[in-house]
Amino acid sequence: MTASSMERLIDIVILPLVNLLAAFTVSGIIIALIGENPFHALGVMIKGAFYYKGALGYTLYYTTNFIFTGLAVAVAFHALLFNIGGEGQAAMGGLAIGLVALLIDTSLPAILVVFLAIASAALLGGLWGAIPGYLQAKRGSHIVITTIMFNFIAASIMVWLLAGPLIAPGQMSPETSSFADGVALAKIYVLAGYLGFDMARSPLNLSFVIALLCCVGVWVLIWRTRLGYAIRATGFSEKASIYGGHQPTRIIIITMAISGGLAGMMALNEILGVQHRVILNFTAGYGFTGIAVALMGRNHPVGIIFASLLFGVLYQGGAELDFEFQTITREMVLMIQGLIILFSGALAYMFNPPLQKILMALFVKDKADAANPSAEQEA
Amino acid sequence: MADLWLQFILTIDATLRVATPLILCAMAGIFSERAGIIDISLEGKMLMAAFLAGSVAAVSGSPLLGLGAAIAVSVALSLIHGFACITHKGNQVISGLAINILASGLTVTLGIAFFARGGQTPLLLGDQRFGAIHLPFADWMGAHIPLIGTIYKEILSGHNILVWLAFALVIVTWAVVFRTSFGLRLRAVGEKPEAVDSAGMSVTGLRFQAVLIAGILTGIAGAYLSTAHGAGFVREMTAGKGYIALAAMIFGKWRPGPALAACLMFGFLDALAARLQGVSLPYVGELSADLILALPYVMTVVLLAGFIGSATPPRAIGVPYVKER
Repeated sequence: MTASSMERLIDIVILPLVNLLAAFTVSGIIIALIGENPFHALGVMIKGAFYYKGALGYTLYYTTNFIFTGLAVAVAFHALLFNIGGEGQAAMGGLAIGLVALLIDTSLPAILVVFLAIASAALLGGLWGAIPGYLQAKRGSHIVITTIMFNFIAASIMVWLLAGPLIAPGQMSPETSSFADGVALAKIYVLAGYLGFDMARSPLNLSFVIALLCCVGVWVLIWRTRLGYAIRATGFSEKASIYGGHQPTRIIIITMAISGGLAGMMALNEILGVQHRVILNFTAGYGFTGIAVALMGRNHPVGIIFASLLFGVLYQGGAELDFEFQTITREMVLMIQGLIILFSGALAYMFNPPLQKILMALFVKDKADAANPSAEQEA
Repeated sequence: MADLWLQFILTIDATLRVATPLILCAMAGIFSERAGIIDISLEGKMLMAAFLAGSVAAVSGSPLLGLGAAIAVSVALSLIHGFACITHKGNQVISGLAINILASGLTVTLGIAFFARGGQTPLLLGDQRFGAIHLPFADWMGAHIPLIGTIYKEILSGHNILVWLAFALVIVTWAVVFRTSFGLRLRAVGEKPEAVDSAGMSVTGLRFQAVLIAGILTGIAGAYLSTAHGAGFVREMTAGKGYIALAAMIFGKWRPGPALAACLMFGFLDALAARLQGVSLPYVGELSADLILALPYVMTVVLLAGFIGSATPPRAIGVPYVKER
């Protein structure tokens, strides 16, 4: 194996796995410290995520959320923008779906309303991303701070609307009325039933397919279009991008609009796919998880699908922990998530130098004699 | 009229209570960010500190031990932040976010493991928490001297020691950051670290000291929430206060005095929203408390966009320092 291919292998496969292992090891130690068996907990989670009837459907339903928010973060990352406003953008997406579904549901055919709802989710989510993008590009505000503020502003708007103007008549809990029949994305198990397959009930719905289509879309956008090239150029060097004839201010606003739109589409799964009404806090931190997903998936759609699946397993398996253990709850998953962000994000390259040294010494022949004489004896 | 006056006085009193953790966190943010380290982990550190203060105070019965534990855990998280973004030059926002999410999960997990109360710590009674300090003659003055007496009794008297500490620490922060050579170096390391380096001082060392101080201050803020303001830890007790403090710090342009003013203003909005809940005002009708609560965030966005004055962050903020080779 040559040195450069080894380096590539370490960078995209081994290092992420080692970081993940480190996060799991620390989680395991904490579980052991509070008096439970970490391997038992792991077994329960994996069983909960795959084994039971319908479990896989639930896992993929969570996965859908993470694909949307992960793609959102990744697209922004390519322009070196840090969009941590996924929560707010997703909330706004849900609001848009609710407004469309509730305001025009009786006059149009349901399928048309669904299409309008999808478009408006992407649009309002996109707007909620584009404004911080504009403020960064034109007014020099820091996008991280602005998107954090926009999360809180969105949350306040949601509380106000859902507890006030939009609350379902006669309801106490802050949520809208249910949408009209047919204003929903079909469940996968229902569709499978039409085709003659018997699938267990689960909330998995068509938005999973839309999420996968978005993965293809993002791949084409980033690596196969002029706009994608401009986005990457802006991320690589703003000065070079200007020299190359792009307008970074424009690119930043467009990138944030696309990013926000993707985050906004997370609401397709939760609101249009499952709840069929707008509820409070349906975003449940998925927007933040998208950051972990993008980090682990190295901002590439394929990586994001795998990372989303991992988090789908963690969330669905984590729900199982509630039933099986007295002392472990699904909040454990938040802890694991924090550790994953720490190790694969902030400490991403901590293990790089030792890994490089060991693996290069073990497997790379052409460099071994010069770099590390002891490796030759081992090889 | 007299009733409205008392309402106003009580709102100001509540403002001080609500603003205290914001003030402590904002000062923490000033230390960290003036040295060039973005600290969005104020929220997570404060949450973890609140949890540990509540736990230790409940078990030992001493709020002081609780405060010590809160500071210790907050400093430990600060060191993780420093290890990630100073030692390993990791992304400061990502590191801060990791700490926030970690704290969110860890407090509930440990809370259930320790006390089996769904993530809460036991209720603190009597001297298990920091009690109110009643200033001398407060009741007498309140009853006998009209204006000043009421202010003395309702606003100044009856706060716990940590409220006073928070205000004192604003002065200390100002003095340390702007009137000592350490403060000068601290600011220099956030503006032009290469200059500090070429003067023979350690950029790493200074930045670690800065995040350490930030950890101590955030720890006090956490202990305030669970053992002084509240009587025990409840899940997600910080409820975004760390981020509001961050906003206040930016609003105050990374300076202690203006940041204090911003904390008081945001605290006032919070207290006002609580007081106006369900109250119908003449001419305007019922104001939405939720929208009042959003005002700090909106104002920060507007300020950052340069529509009201401008806020320029330290120049080297967010950039890991790499020595020239």
